[in-house]
Amino acid sequence: MGAVVVALSLGAVMLLALGANPITGYAALIDGAFGGWDELADTSIKAMPLLLVGVGICIAFRAGVINIGGEGQIIAGAIVSTVFALALPDLSRVLLVPLVLVGGAIGGGIWGAIPGVLKAYAGVNEILSTIMMNLVAAQFLSFLLQDLLTDKASGAIKIQQTERLTDNADLPLLPGDTRLHLGVMIAILIAVLGHILLFRSALGVRLRAVGHNANASRYAGMPVKRSIVQALAFSGACAGVAGAVLVFGSESHRLIAEGGASGFTQSAGFNGIVAALFGGLSPLAVIPASFFFGGMLTGGIALQQELQVPAALIVALNGIVVLFVVSSLKLQTRLRSWAEGVGSRTSRGNESLPPEDPPELAVSAAVSEASDG
Amino acid sequence: MGDFFTISVLVATLASGIRLATPFLLAGLGETIGQRSGVLNLGVEGVMLLGAFSAYYITLETGSAVYGILGAIFVGLVMGLVYAFITLIMQAQQGISGIGIYLFGLGFTDLLFQKNVGTPKPIRGLGEVHIPLLSDIPKIGEIFFQHSLPVYFAFALVPLVWFMINKTTFGLNIRAVGETPEAADTLGVSVNMTRLATTLIGSTMASLAGAALALEVGIFQQNLTSGQGFIAIALVYFGAWRSYGVMLGALLFGVVQATVLQLKTLGIVEGANSSLLAMAPAVLTIVVLAIVSRRVAAPSALTRPFDRSA
Repeated sequence: MGAVVVALSLGAVMLLALGANPITGYAALIDGAFGGWDELADTSIKAMPLLLVGVGICIAFRAGVINIGGEGQIIAGAIVSTVFALALPDLSRVLLVPLVLVGGAIGGGIWGAIPGVLKAYAGVNEILSTIMMNLVAAQFLSFLLQDLLTDKASGAIKIQQTERLTDNADLPLLPGDTRLHLGVMIAILIAVLGHILLFRSALGVRLRAVGHNANASRYAGMPVKRSIVQALAFSGACAGVAGAVLVFGSESHRLIAEGGASGFTQSAGFNGIVAALFGGLSPLAVIPASFFFGGMLTGGIALQQELQVPAALIVALNGIVVLFVVSSLKLQTRLRSWAEGVGSRTSRGNESLPPEDPPELAVSAAVSEASDG
Repeated sequence: MGDFFTISVLVATLASGIRLATPFLLAGLGETIGQRSGVLNLGVEGVMLLGAFSAYYITLETGSAVYGILGAIFVGLVMGLVYAFITLIMQAQQGISGIGIYLFGLGFTDLLFQKNVGTPKPIRGLGEVHIPLLSDIPKIGEIFFQHSLPVYFAFALVPLVWFMINKTTFGLNIRAVGETPEAADTLGVSVNMTRLATTLIGSTMASLAGAALALEVGIFQQNLTSGQGFIAIALVYFGAWRSYGVMLGALLFGVVQATVLQLKTLGIVEGANSSLLAMAPAVLTIVVLAIVSRRVAAPSALTRPFDRSA
């Protein structure tokens, strides 16, 4: 919480520097994000990909794997789900909607599993490989939209987009006169499933054990390599579903690379990390966190319209939030161990695996594991 | 449709490959110094963007690229201080902090560009400096000795960085705190001061890499670097944390990029297929990482914060 307060105050300073009144600025932002049913619906729509990616980030980071590849996994999921919809346009909606979502999970899962295999079996640092996989996916999407999947009706001026995909794959709108669609239920469902996977299943115990201490897990006979691949595959699958939701829940119902790949993914692959960290790497807590950051994104657009402050301000603020959140993690651990009157060394050494280990531990294990590789 | 395999095209491609390698090389050398001391700065991309924008904007306003470069150096130092505070004093996770720096740089430069510049206005970058005599050698001169100053600067740094890391006391300290900070500390080497110095150097060089890019293309736009900073970090692994290795990697990437551009200009590949070709550097990085990762050892204390009380 403190991190956001500090980041928002810095945002106020930036607004001042840009010649805008911070109070009217934030009023416009809040009003644009939460000021009515339509605004709330738009905020939820922006929050969906953040939540889906964020749940995936929780799984990966808890297993000690840093997944920066959300962008590429979203794109891979979107591509596979689009191919499904193009291949089976006449399938009934009851079947096709679940199918495209599964397609998203498959695409993202495979795109996540590749860096997982590279890390587990060739020792490739997954931070680097996931970033490279992002670049590959973005160019591959651009290729597909100019070639194999391009809109044949678009004529001489090639827009990088597919045709309007079959309406049998449209995510159904929820009751109430807003743009809100089924995606929001799916995102929340996956957050719940992510919670069960991490904290109520044997697999989750294993993943978290590996994230906690890979060497100890290895000596205890756990398949560390397989766990790394599984964590990245699940993580990618969540992001892949976000890709499917972004295509089939969009207003255009096309796969588009307008304004570069980040135009389509809305940078959710990165912003989802922000939401996940803010939610303490706990899938259920990522639900409100992503709603908050979704609000920042919709509010940012209102800010741009009303005060002519570019919405890029929100991206910069997100970066600052990340910096403050990661900076305060260590501080919190120190304060906690100080409050308990225990030295941080002893508390860390004797700790058995708690049901919800502090994210700082999982992430620090993750980073040291990353450097080992 | 032109022919790629003519002498003049090949010479032009190699020359442009060296130019395109320069931002990779500057950022990669800076990151090498940081990583040898145990600090991973994943924010290179963000710092490059900030450096690129400040160099572009100051040059646009003052008409002097020198001020632009000085501005980029200043911005690099400031970002280095910020990163050092976050990772050395607050001991935040380096991988994720870097993503924070990246998002900040991406958003902040876009914000400033839209607010202060709006439509892309070209600037006059640095002119070419022809090295006397050498630049007159046929072919060779055109490839190697007809570049702008940042290009010469970046390549001159390669032996200098090698010398600094391997032959000076400061370099010994860097390697010591990057391998076994506890032992270095026992011997009276200040771990965090050494890392502060390398972080400042690395961040400044990343910012200069951005400046070199902006002055070379003479324009700024949203996400100008488009992943070059991340590739520069990969090049450090690729080059096994050695300055000459990083140079080889940077040259390879520069030449691959130049070839893709050249093939596009000549109309040999177009549209969709150029996107496929543009995948090449990233795919190449992944393949090379898969081959080298198990064979070269990273600095043992990479990403491990040093806490005397622990």
